[in-house]
Amino acid sequence: MNKKSKPSTHTLPASQLQKIIDLLYDQGYTVIGPQRRDNAIIYDEITSTDALPAGWIDVQEGGTYQLQRRDDDAWFGYAVGPHSWKQFLFPAKKKLFTIERETFRAQAEPADKTRYAFLGVRSCELHAIAIQDKVFRDGPYADPAYSRLRNNAFFIAVNCTEPAATCFCSSMNTGPGAESGYDLLLTELISSDQHEFLISSGSAKGRALLGTMELPEATPAARERSQELLTRAAEKMHRRMDTEKARKLLLANPEHPHWQELGTRCLNCANCTMVCPTCFCSTVEDVTNLTGDTAERWRRWDSCFTMGHSYIHGGHIRSSGAARYRQWLTHKLATWVDQFGVSGCVGCGRCITWCPVAIDVTEEITKFEPVTRDTAA
Amino acid sequence: MAEIKKPKLAVWKFASCDGCQLSLLDCEDELLAVADSVQIANFPEASREIIKGPYDISLVEGSITTPHDAERIHRIRRQSKLLITIGACATAGGIQALRNFTSVDSYVTTVYATPAYISTLKKSTPISEHVPVDFELRGCPVNKYQLLEVINAYLNGRKPNTPPHSVCMECKSKGLVCVAVAQKTVCMGPLTHAGCGALCPEYNRGCFGCYGPKETPNTASLAAWWREHGEKNTDIMRSFRGFNAYAEPFRKESEAHENI
Repeated sequence: MNKKSKPSTHTLPASQLQKIIDLLYDQGYTVIGPQRRDNAIIYDEITSTDALPAGWIDVQEGGTYQLQRRDDDAWFGYAVGPHSWKQFLFPAKKKLFTIERETFRAQAEPADKTRYAFLGVRSCELHAIAIQDKVFRDGPYADPAYSRLRNNAFFIAVNCTEPAATCFCSSMNTGPGAESGYDLLLTELISSDQHEFLISSGSAKGRALLGTMELPEATPAARERSQELLTRAAEKMHRRMDTEKARKLLLANPEHPHWQELGTRCLNCANCTMVCPTCFCSTVEDVTNLTGDTAERWRRWDSCFTMGHSYIHGGHIRSSGAARYRQWLTHKLATWVDQFGVSGCVGCGRCITWCPVAIDVTEEITKFEPVTRDTAA
Repeated sequence: MAEIKKPKLAVWKFASCDGCQLSLLDCEDELLAVADSVQIANFPEASREIIKGPYDISLVEGSITTPHDAERIHRIRRQSKLLITIGACATAGGIQALRNFTSVDSYVTTVYATPAYISTLKKSTPISEHVPVDFELRGCPVNKYQLLEVINAYLNGRKPNTPPHSVCMECKSKGLVCVAVAQKTVCMGPLTHAGCGALCPEYNRGCFGCYGPKETPNTASLAAWWREHGEKNTDIMRSFRGFNAYAEPFRKESEAHENI
């Protein structure tokens, strides 16, 4: 992605966003965007701006999520919901190949040629995708399915001006404003008499699309307002995570008594890992037809909270809930850094909101104050 | 391929509603393929023709509630190479195991005009309390695709794909919105064994726990959360006293909320 050439910022009247959606469809994209469904804002296919969650805000806390009416009709006036773009790039269930008994040849599943355009991607989510890129695309063993979908995708980011109480991206340096990884970037500006977006491009693809729109340059006042909204958004975030400290604390305290306490609370239901936009674990299942003439291998999401995840011949390595919670948190916040060079957390707060018993990683991490030598041993 | 002798399949009923064995007949599209792959040797719901044992696969539905059945299950075990229990009754004692928490005699005298005719055991118990069981398929009723999967796996000498994790993982994999978090619905999903495909949450209901306890369920933590959020102990107790009330983790948690 071509960046750092300080692209110009334009003004896009809200009514013109539809044109972008239409242009994307004309170019063969399937546009996925936010919508209100089942009391939440979720991501699904979208053809019209009428489907956007106009005037709704997601009020979040540990273990609770509630949609409420906003004072205005902002289209992107919410933070993040239970969905993430992961479900499109790394689907929950995917057939990998089919084998016929007769020939014993594996037939790879035909490539998914869908070209997604993601509308409303938050900065934390762009960071999450960049992390999954390291896992699935940029390593020595690239996942062709992920790589294709991801490389074909078009990203329309929206700066986050309304973080939820569970958000902590500002302390993770992953938001609230998007800095890279997008094709187009929007900032929603809404007042009683005006509804518009600031729009800029972050790639050649984005620039080309924007070039067809003939939009006016943004006024300095509008830019200033956008900056102000982002500063305010950052100030609204009260939860924090000190990445460096978290890593040190976790690596120093594998036997800390707080793991046991967490083990008594954690349901090991795996919700945190399912909603996490960076969690990437999967398992495979082989299925056959009744006669056994054809077999298929399917990949599906797995989680380090299942027993099967740590099963090797003879038993489970992490049979206690405490051990599984430790695995998750330590990987996410500490060993992930060693493995991929960045933290596995982007501060989106989903694991806090969607934990059925409200375990809060930002709070739990503070409980790992170093213990004295004899208890640690 | 050379013609091989088809495995003999038998279906047995104990105290149950027949819903699980009907799941097999409900496999409409796949039923002919099943009938091609196995010899349906003993399945009174499907055919009057009964072929004598021994059987390669016995599917057992229902719980043990009478002295007669406690005998009969041993005879079935003796004739069966592989014994698979299907459903909550056979696997956990079923809804009729609610009797286990009280005195069955009081029911017998209330319900029946001539209690003397009733010969029943004090408890409704799962098949595994009586004979060794090779595989337990969960659900009330079982999911027909999982039932097919178990038969299929046996026929092909592989492990069935019936993961023991939470319903939540099915919910999230389907992209459903958590009813517990977004609607404050009491939901057994985080404690319940997957298999139904998150049927109730898909229809905006909390999970009822039809598939029984998942692997390593942390019942105490979720019950404590409910308690903190205003659920009454009697309601918490009842959440655990469903079709799998006598499955140990659910039984113990329900007892912890009894009479307090």
